[in-house]
Amino acid sequence: MATEGTYYVPAQSKWPIIASIGLFLTLLGAGMMMNDMTAGVKDSSAHYVFYAGGLIMAWMLFGWFGNVIQESRAGLYSAQMDRTFRWGMFWFIFSEVMFFAALFGTLFYVRVLAVPWLAGEGEGAMTHEMLWPDFTAGWPLMVNPDNELFVGAADVVDPFHLPLLNTLLLVASSITLTLAHHALRANDRYKIKLWLILTLVLGTAFLFFQVEEYIEAYNELGLTLSAGIYGSTFFLLTGFHGAHVTLGAIMLAVMLVRVYQGHFEADNHFAFEAASWYWHFVDVVWVGLFIFVYLI
Amino acid sequence: MTSVTDTASSHDHDEHLHGPAKGLMRWVLTTSHKDIGTMYLWFSFIMFLTGGAMAMIIRAELFQPGLQIVEPAFFNQMTTMHGLIMVFGAVMPAFVGLANWMIPMMIGAPDMAMPRMNNWSFWILPFAAVMLISTLFMEGGGPNFGWTFYAPLSTDYSPPSTTFFIFAIHMLGVSSIMGAINIIATILNLRAPGMTMMKMPMFVWTWLITAYLLIAVMPVLAGAVTMMLMDIHFGTSFFNAGGGGDPVLFQHIFWFFGHPEVYIMILPSFGIVSAIIPAFARKPLFGYTSMVYATASIAFLSFIVWAHHMFTVGIPLIGELFFMYATMLIAVPTGVKIFNWVTTMFRGSMTFETPMLFSTAFVVLFTIGGFSGLMLSIAPADFQYHDTYFVVAHFHYVLVPGAIFAIFAACYYWLPKWTGHMYDETLAKVHFWMSFIGMNLTFFPMHFVGLAGMPRRIPDYALQFANFNEISSIGGFMFGTTQLLFLFIVIKCIRGGAKAEAKPWEGAEGLEWSVPSPAPYHTFTTPPDVK
Repeated sequence: MATEGTYYVPAQSKWPIIASIGLFLTLLGAGMMMNDMTAGVKDSSAHYVFYAGGLIMAWMLFGWFGNVIQESRAGLYSAQMDRTFRWGMFWFIFSEVMFFAALFGTLFYVRVLAVPWLAGEGEGAMTHEMLWPDFTAGWPLMVNPDNELFVGAADVVDPFHLPLLNTLLLVASSITLTLAHHALRANDRYKIKLWLILTLVLGTAFLFFQVEEYIEAYNELGLTLSAGIYGSTFFLLTGFHGAHVTLGAIMLAVMLVRVYQGHFEADNHFAFEAASWYWHFVDVVWVGLFIFVYLI
Repeated sequence: MTSVTDTASSHDHDEHLHGPAKGLMRWVLTTSHKDIGTMYLWFSFIMFLTGGAMAMIIRAELFQPGLQIVEPAFFNQMTTMHGLIMVFGAVMPAFVGLANWMIPMMIGAPDMAMPRMNNWSFWILPFAAVMLISTLFMEGGGPNFGWTFYAPLSTDYSPPSTTFFIFAIHMLGVSSIMGAINIIATILNLRAPGMTMMKMPMFVWTWLITAYLLIAVMPVLAGAVTMMLMDIHFGTSFFNAGGGGDPVLFQHIFWFFGHPEVYIMILPSFGIVSAIIPAFARKPLFGYTSMVYATASIAFLSFIVWAHHMFTVGIPLIGELFFMYATMLIAVPTGVKIFNWVTTMFRGSMTFETPMLFSTAFVVLFTIGGFSGLMLSIAPADFQYHDTYFVVAHFHYVLVPGAIFAIFAACYYWLPKWTGHMYDETLAKVHFWMSFIGMNLTFFPMHFVGLAGMPRRIPDYALQFANFNEISSIGGFMFGTTQLLFLFIVIKCIRGGAKAEAKPWEGAEGLEWSVPSPAPYHTFTTPPDVK
């Protein structure tokens, strides 16, 4: 563990401005792509802007994190700096918790309040009478109030098929990651690699089955983004979770590369811990998803 | 604990106390909390003038009944962009700028905890502003649905530029979250030895809690605009009842963000005023501990009052009652603060330099805004007030003499520390009185037209509102032009003026006054002793 000493204040850095330009171009390109898609523009060149932004972002992440890793390995960071990183990661994950809280809140509001109201419960009697008197509530909502504009799904996702398998995969990956962490603390380099690779295999398998599930949803169940609020919340929650698993897997892959490079010591490896905090966080979110999106 | 400042050129020991780099790249590449604070403040002022120019267009159109100057469609874009720019471009960055400048100096830290990320937090903002303002020049015009962007106006009926508005909000959110993480890490981890939590200046305390609110609610806003984006482009029906969604859901998510957001814009003001009033009353702050707990209570309550913005949309009676009483409860901790400030002044040896003038005006006028808020919190009465100019009067009374006056007060209070010069006290007092009179002329009559039923966000109005609107517009022009005087005062202060001592204010307390004026480029590379 690094000792109490000096607090490192870097003098100048080109990465923040590069990151700002990259973020701007990525989002500008994404916005142009979406607008062109909705307007039906055929020969759109918006994706070039998006890719340029994405490449700049990738270069920035590589360079910026590279700098931080070099500084860390050069011994410039003190125990106090280590605490800064811990607080930083903790509050970043808290912001992610709040993001998912908004998405879960949406699901609960719709299921518990909005859909029953549309069917005439409580405050919704007049709305029901005036707008869609034939509408009946239920969850998952298969027949939407305006079922011509939003064609409801034909069937629901079976929770005991792919979702249960995915739950086992992700929970197992949390366990293997913890074993990798224990190995790191015992400085058993072989076992770190073994468990970390296994974690990545489990995570990748999860993502593979998630894609498989989406294909089934679209092709066999008629469950699409435009299948009404069931499809909307289903893809919103599982989609953003999948994106976070992807990000977590990239983090863990970087950690694996760093382990192969001989990085990390038994008592000084916060990057690894941060990545594993993140992985456990997406795992917990999945358990919530499995219960509230698939099971009940 | 000491700090090492790395240098690009050399690791020579003498370089540890080097000054700023030269030229434009100093600002682009900087990691200094002082440079970044300065950039935040200038950015905020530019946005303040931009959003202010839009307010001038609004007031010019409303000078007389009927349509004279702008198309109604453009008027809608002006009210929307004025609100968005003032909230996200002017007030929030100004407070982050003040936090950057002052928090490390107040707690005896060498810099912010993550200096490079600090610079990124800032540099996202100009790009986000360009994206947001560019929507005005796009086909179909800019956002025209009000700064609250309620669905379905912002989804089914919005111009194509809404996509870029959404991504601009995402960028602002990324910037705010990173800035807030940095501030929390700095406060929790970089305090000088002996600077315990309950010895921290109130400005540091209020910012710690504000940063917590930012991290808690900016992701919720991101969720709201993401669902909008999906409704617009990907066929989802989150806010469309035809697909089983609910437009009111948008309002719930938005105001779950929005109500803590308004406290994000006022809590740092409380911290500023809690620094300035003791300095010019030459007495310690009355009830420091209760100030800390009151701030925390306000932050907690801010999460459970959001639906008081939605009394008229049709929420269950039990909801109306809960949100009404919870809202009224906020008056208790806020009252604690007001009484603490007044008690601090009581029997003090008060002098009224410009920071104290703005702070005193803050206490009086913010209280007026607080009381009109209490009126609005009464659900049955709100059915009458909702979406009238009474609401506009209320939130401008808490934002202009609340947030903006506190920012002015902070600028005058700390300008000597930033620039090493005293500002021109006479001109500053002119700035204060012109702002004070202009602001009251603008917003006080709005209470009356609002109670009489004039709806907000409409470019035309019934004849009986003409006189009050004329007064409001004259006050608005007066307040607006006065801010150019502020620009002049600040530039004059940067360029010269009487030399400021390390502690130019007799009664001021705090570590920032223990370093010379102007503050050296690097402060507290060795932490000070805090008793």
